[in-house]
Amino acid sequence: MTAGNRLANTIRLIEGPQTLGRGKAFWSIFALVILAACLYPLFADGYDVGNNVYFFNWVFMALGLSLIWGYGGSLSFGQTAFFGVASYTYGVISINFGDAYGLTLFALLGSVGLAALFAAVLGYFLFFGRISGVFLGIVTLSVTLVLERFMAQTAGPDWRIGSARLNGFNGMGGMPSLTIPWFGGDIVLFPDVPLYYVTLGLLVVVYLALRILVNSRFGNVLVAIRENPQRAEMLGYDIRMYQLAAFVIGSALAGLSGVLYTSWGNYITPSSMGMTAAALPIVWVAVGGRADLTTTLLGTLLVLAGFQALTIHGSQYALVVMGFLLVLTVLLAPTGLIYGLAAFVLKQVRRARGIREGV
Amino acid sequence: MINFLYDLFSFVYQAGDAFAFLVLSACGLAVIFGMMGVINLAHGEFILCGAYVCSWCTRSGMPLPLSILVAAVVAGAVGMLIERVIIRPLYDRPLDTIVATWGVSMIATQGTLILLGSTMPGTGTPFGSFMVGPYSYSIYRLVLMAAAAATLAILWLAFTKTHFGILARATIQVPHMAKALGVNTSVVYSLTFGLGAALAGLAGGLYAPTMTLVPTMGSAFVVEAFVTVVIGGADVFLGTAPAAAILGIVKAGLTSWQGQLAGQIGMLIAVIIVIRILPRGISGWILRERA
Repeated sequence: MTAGNRLANTIRLIEGPQTLGRGKAFWSIFALVILAACLYPLFADGYDVGNNVYFFNWVFMALGLSLIWGYGGSLSFGQTAFFGVASYTYGVISINFGDAYGLTLFALLGSVGLAALFAAVLGYFLFFGRISGVFLGIVTLSVTLVLERFMAQTAGPDWRIGSARLNGFNGMGGMPSLTIPWFGGDIVLFPDVPLYYVTLGLLVVVYLALRILVNSRFGNVLVAIRENPQRAEMLGYDIRMYQLAAFVIGSALAGLSGVLYTSWGNYITPSSMGMTAAALPIVWVAVGGRADLTTTLLGTLLVLAGFQALTIHGSQYALVVMGFLLVLTVLLAPTGLIYGLAAFVLKQVRRARGIREGV
Repeated sequence: MINFLYDLFSFVYQAGDAFAFLVLSACGLAVIFGMMGVINLAHGEFILCGAYVCSWCTRSGMPLPLSILVAAVVAGAVGMLIERVIIRPLYDRPLDTIVATWGVSMIATQGTLILLGSTMPGTGTPFGSFMVGPYSYSIYRLVLMAAAAATLAILWLAFTKTHFGILARATIQVPHMAKALGVNTSVVYSLTFGLGAALAGLAGGLYAPTMTLVPTMGSAFVVEAFVTVVIGGADVFLGTAPAAAILGIVKAGLTSWQGQLAGQIGMLIAVIIVIRILPRGISGWILRERA
């Protein structure tokens, strides 16, 4: 097989049995959405553009959780732990080394790498200890809660790494934004149009790459493990390795969210790893439909926008509404609201086609 | 020599205190998990409910023991209500119950904040203190240790000696067989969940006089409760009690060596390492050794 052939085969995996949405109709809509997203900054003011970047930042963590929980069936309720580790690491590296020569990009890679390493170590103990189901959920949740408590007590001048003060409960601030070294002056990615395009581009790349991943052999095995771990094991797959790999990839994405968020707001607090922060990704992913990347993405953006609107209009009730949304989704549409709707529509379309073609 | 004895007493007291905290915060969670396979993520909020009810009762003039009892009963009643509305439709999807109860937890925490404000006046710890050598100790902490031991003893009696206990264990072992023999299993599940919630309320009531009452106080208990249940496994008596004893010693040792937070972190790390070795917890290991 030539390299070109192999590439073509890989790209073909962009649609397959593990993802909703295929064919001309889906990709036409996809192209239109991307086009609209690209044109959006021309018509919106700077604040709204920055706000959209804020929404995009979270989607990476949601997609990672979709991979771990939706495709792999492992309940990882502590994704915020990796978000937090990467956020603080980004803060520490970028404050110490500054933002010249594109060093913030090094900070980005280092932070995501450290989050992935942390996930690999934790995941080794969990998956190779054959922890699954609810225990996995409560151990990962405990990890993020303990990290929150740890960071909350790092107040005072003793808690510093190089010149970066951790600042305890008040959180760490003053880290530089991501910068891209460019001819004739670095591009500083403030929450504005350039950052919007960079984040959007990253999002599209991650989304498409994950589509390829879940439709590949790896993704198929992962789904097989979710459906029946014992059967997958009897077929000769080392399910621990697959679960660990999915966990590390998903956690690295949570770390990417953390870096982007910290760079976006130049600020990170321990409460980003707390109980509420840990619950929100679960809501986004569960409401949209965790077993599919597209519904996760749409659900996350919708719930985030709804949450923000609620926060503006009736600030304190927003979390109560999120709680109800989660309970109702689990009770009434366990696969997720958008996923359920999409599956229903696809079924109708196929049935109509089947009748027309006389199948 | 005498100083060594003072330090030894101090260590035993701290380990006992940690043991009491772990047993009381975990046994409600462990009963529900062990009997029904459901992890109740709203566990912390049942503790919160117990603490608030107890504190409110005490301040309106009720004696403390009665307030604690009322707290347990109220939390138990709320638990049975939630079991009926939310948990029951999910029995065949145990992994979804954890997500649904998380939703309940969010509603309860934020709802408490909206309705009752960001803090609630406490009542102060009763009974004062006593001295052993150079250190002073709270008498109420000894009451808590006794309460933890009494709770374990009463639970053991309830599950082995009463009619409810026998029906509950039968339902847990082979649900459809129990049903075929005429046990109303849905009532058993409802009572079991209520019992777990009442135990959480009891923990909240017992600890209410020692803590600041805030809507997020439940999360001060849940990590300890989670790790105890994870390391203990599915059986309350063979798992939770020994797990709490071991973790209590680990926590007390690390706390007196490096402070409160080291105790918590050390406990979590101990748990992550132990589950690598004993995936089914201490009770799973004991049962396998026995079999």
